[in-house]
Amino acid sequence: MSKKDRMSGNEAVAYAIRQINPDVMPAFPITPSTEIPQLVSTYIANGEMDTEFIPVESEHSSMSATVGAEAAGARSLTATSSCGLALMWEELLIAASNRMPCALALVNRTLSGPININCDHSDGMGARDTGWIQIYAETNQEAYDNFIQAYPIAEDKRVHLPIMICQDGFITSHAVQNIELNEDQDVKDFVGEYNPEEYLLNTGNPIAIGPYSISNYAMEARKAQEMAMENSKEVIIEVAKKYKEKFGRGFELFEEYRTADADYIMLIMGSAAGTAKQAVDDLREKGYKVGVLKLRVFRPFPADEIAKALSNCKAVAIMERTESYNGHGGPLASEVRAGLFENGINIKAVCYTYGLAGRDFTVEHVYSIFDELKDVDLNNKKVKQHRYINLRTKEEN
Amino acid sequence: MRTDVNKINETTPYEDLTEGLIMFAGGTSKDFMTGEWRTNTPIFNAEKCKQCLLCAPVCPDGCIPVKDSKRSEFDYDHCKGCGICEKACPFGAIEMIEGVDPCKEK
Repeated sequence: MSKKDRMSGNEAVAYAIRQINPDVMPAFPITPSTEIPQLVSTYIANGEMDTEFIPVESEHSSMSATVGAEAAGARSLTATSSCGLALMWEELLIAASNRMPCALALVNRTLSGPININCDHSDGMGARDTGWIQIYAETNQEAYDNFIQAYPIAEDKRVHLPIMICQDGFITSHAVQNIELNEDQDVKDFVGEYNPEEYLLNTGNPIAIGPYSISNYAMEARKAQEMAMENSKEVIIEVAKKYKEKFGRGFELFEEYRTADADYIMLIMGSAAGTAKQAVDDLREKGYKVGVLKLRVFRPFPADEIAKALSNCKAVAIMERTESYNGHGGPLASEVRAGLFENGINIKAVCYTYGLAGRDFTVEHVYSIFDELKDVDLNNKKVKQHRYINLRTKEEN
Repeated sequence: MRTDVNKINETTPYEDLTEGLIMFAGGTSKDFMTGEWRTNTPIFNAEKCKQCLLCAPVCPDGCIPVKDSKRSEFDYDHCKGCGICEKACPFGAIEMIEGVDPCKEK
C-alpha cells in the first residue's frame, strides 16, 4: 500500500529518513539542503523518530561525526550542499577508504564563484572521485525512492561504501510535486536493522579503523576499494529490482526514454531530464526520432551499458551541468566518450554545458540541440564542443 | 571477516587484506619498529645518571622505561632520536650520537 501526497524534494527525503529512523545524524545547515536536518529535528522533537541528532559547527565536523558514528556501529547520515560538500572533502575520502556505509543527502548547488545558491552539479561532480556511490534523481519521487534504497546498497557485504543520494537544489528540493509514499513499516522492513559485523563499540573484540598504511599496503587497499565500487553496480540493480517488487516503482542504472528507435539521444542527469522528455514528446509528434537517456547512477559509472544503449543512434548530446575548466568538456562527456571509444562505437557525440548556477533550461533549448544534432549527422556540420546553452554572447558560441 | 592480522604481510595479495585495512587487534603500534626512522641515537651513561627521572616524562614516544622509580636502557625499537631527553638531563648522562644503531656506534 502507498499513499498519495504532495511534497518538496527536501520534505520527501526527510520523510524517508524518518521512516528509516537511522541511529545518528550530525548536520550543519546550508542552502538549499537546510530543510532536511530541520525537518528531521522536528520529527525527533515530536517523538516520531529517535535518531541522535548532533548539531555540529561545520560540515567538516558533520562528515567527521558521521564517519565516527558509523565506525562505532551506528547507521549514520548527514545532508549538505555546495560549499558544505567542499568542506567535507577530506572526510568524504576517509568515509570511503574506511569502507563506511554511511549516507549523504546531497542537494546539488553550484560551487563558488561567483557565489550563488542555485542549482548545478559542480558540488557532486567535484566529489566524483572520492569513492562514494552517487545516485541522481529527476524528481522528488525519485529522491525519496533512491534514499530508501541507499542503506541496502551501501551496507551490502559486497559493497560497504558510502552513498550520496542527489537531487537538484530548489528545482527538486523546494518545488512541491505529487508523490507516492510507502507505509512506514514497509520501509522499515525493506531497509532492515543495521547489524555490522565489526564496529568500534563491540566490547571484547577490539579493532582499529583507519590505521596508517605504509606504501606496501596502500595500493592494495585502493584496489580493494575500487573493486567494491565495481561490485556495487550489481547490488544497485538488485536493490532496485527488490524495490520495484515491493513498491512498484522501478529503477535501472539509467532510464531510456523513447530511445529504442531514436536517431538522436540526449544524455542528461537530474531534474532537467524532465524538460528533455517533454521536448522529446513534442518532437516525436512532429516525427522526429529522438529520445532521452537519463543517467541515474553516476558512480559507479555504467560506461559499457551506456555505450550499448547509444550504439544504435546516430548522434548523442551529452549535457553537462558543471564546468571542468579543462578546455574539453565536462566529466560526463569525458566518461561517456571514453566508454563509446572503448566499445568501438563511433557515433557523433557533442557535449553541451547548460543550467550553471540555476540558469534556465527550457524545451526550446532541447529542440535547438536536437536540430543541431540532426545537422551534425546529415550535413556533417562542424560544431564547437561544450558550447554553453542559453548564454549571452556577442558571437555565436 | 575477522582475520588473524599476524598472517598478513607485505606479500599478501590485495584480495586477502582486511576491508579498509581494519586491524582486528588492539595496541598493535608497538609492533611497528618506528626506531628505524632514527638518524641520531641517545646513549645512556648509567654512571652519571642520578635517577632524577626528568628524562622519562619528556620523551614523546615513551621510550624510557621506568620501573621501581628507576629508568633503564632506551627502547631503541621506537626511539626516534629527537634528543629532548639529552636537553632535559641535568647531569650529562645522555649523549646524542650520529647514526641509527647504538651497538654499532659503540
